[in-house]
Amino acid sequence: MTATRRTTVISATCLAVSMSACVLLLRHIDQIRPKATIEDVLYLNSPTTIKRASVGFDGLMACIYWTRTVQYFGHRHFDRAHTYNELAPLLEITTTLDPHMLPAYQFGASFLAPKPPAGAGEPVRAIHLMEYGIANNPNNWRLYYDLGFVYYTELKDYRNAAEVFERGSKVPDAHPFMKIMAAQMAAHAGDFETARMLWSATYDSSSEENIRQNAVEHLRAIRVDEDVTNLETLAKTFEERTGRTPSSIAELATAAHLRGIPVDPDGDAYQIAPDGRVLVHDPDDFPFITKGLPPGYKPGPPKFHAQR
Amino acid sequence: MSPRIVYIAFNTFREAVRDRVLYNLIAFALLLSGAAIFVGQISIDIERLVVVNLGLTAVSLFGIVIAIFIGIGLVSKEIEKRTLYTVLSRPVRRWEFIVGKFFGLAGTLVVNTFFMAIGVFGALLYVVHKFSKPDALILVALYFIVLEFLIICSLALLFSSFSSPLLSAVFAFSLFVIGSFADDLRGFAAMAHGLTRWVATGAAYLVPNFSALNVISAVAHQQPVSGQLILNNTLYAMFYTAMALSGAVLIFERRNLK
Repeated sequence: MTATRRTTVISATCLAVSMSACVLLLRHIDQIRPKATIEDVLYLNSPTTIKRASVGFDGLMACIYWTRTVQYFGHRHFDRAHTYNELAPLLEITTTLDPHMLPAYQFGASFLAPKPPAGAGEPVRAIHLMEYGIANNPNNWRLYYDLGFVYYTELKDYRNAAEVFERGSKVPDAHPFMKIMAAQMAAHAGDFETARMLWSATYDSSSEENIRQNAVEHLRAIRVDEDVTNLETLAKTFEERTGRTPSSIAELATAAHLRGIPVDPDGDAYQIAPDGRVLVHDPDDFPFITKGLPPGYKPGPPKFHAQR
Repeated sequence: MSPRIVYIAFNTFREAVRDRVLYNLIAFALLLSGAAIFVGQISIDIERLVVVNLGLTAVSLFGIVIAIFIGIGLVSKEIEKRTLYTVLSRPVRRWEFIVGKFFGLAGTLVVNTFFMAIGVFGALLYVVHKFSKPDALILVALYFIVLEFLIICSLALLFSSFSSPLLSAVFAFSLFVIGSFADDLRGFAAMAHGLTRWVATGAAYLVPNFSALNVISAVAHQQPVSGQLILNNTLYAMFYTAMALSGAVLIFERRNLK
């Protein structure tokens, strides 16, 4: 082997070994350091400063910040975090950089509004975000729809929800169901049927896979909530008549002349607790249910189901 | 156009290609294909926006870097290598040398932009599967970017005609940054009073207005660009380029090359 060739082989080996060692060491360092706090830090938190610093390329900067927002929310959501301190500032920066970036409003509101751990539990900031979006994109009826949704689902403020749906229905090319929503809010706001209608409309009017999956999960949860409410009413009637709670769901089904054993959307039979409360077989399968949960239930990591 | 200018322009283009300037296209292709494939997996609903924003921003930044770093060496390198004396000893006027260099560099950037544009449309097709009519607006943004390059090239040549390469690069890049804030500068001038107002207004009109040439965000959202803006920007870029080139010629004509 010539001297040159020997040097080449040695330096190439050295390079490969050093690079591998660096990668391994970094992986190890990541494990021993406390969970990176970098995602909780915004080195620049003034949207105006960031816009100036982007030297005219604010569109690309907005895409980067939106991706960062999604990553931030995704990580914290998966960890079942109860705080999302940087979510609102990140959304504010994204929408200031690009006020026409519609996904940042639509998804941003659904990240901000729901209570933790499903979201940041900041419905008022979600409303501010949506109003800013509407001010910059006044002819987009979906923004009014999403804002009405926040009023309806998170604040139970049916009057404002009706008003927003009404405003949205006047936008050119607005979906006809905006008018129906406005009327429905005024008359039957708290009904399961209204909730089902809203989520079905969300499912039908969106082509975005994540939004449709979210709508499917909520529709499943509405069915469970409605089933549990009805079954608990039947159990109460049973108790009033017999002086005891039904011993099983089968006994309740027979006594109430139901057609078969009542099952949840996954096909699992509902259960009856000794105190007469109706429970779902596996609450982790229904991340948005408000009824049928066992006492002290702590939700696991979120999981989504295929569309059905 | 004089055949001497064409010859100098062609040689400048050939030299840039020989300097492996077009290798930046590889980095550009990797950047765009990476973005087109991966952004869909780590973000939500902005695949098209990212491809257009990233693609056009990269075209712009790559071009500006090339324009500055080649532009600043166009005159000084010829002096350093003493090839300028060979050229000027032939029947070539100094202004022809400057104009020829400008067209050579501009041609390099146009060819570079052409290939990058193919990359942008290719990545877009990969993401959206089918072009729609508003996608043609990307061509307008690319045209404005080329206009930006013409201004930057002429400025780099202007600085190169009297300053060292390092200082020329600093001047040209600073003017690019200041020009991106031209609208703010004009707003600041409007708010000032007295002498400050005059100075600020003068500065605001002297620096190139790159903010008017940047329609990347608008076309990313498929917002139309008015024909009036296209016409005015074209005229503005032509006049600004002519102004900077005239300055370069004036200085270079009087420069002592001994």
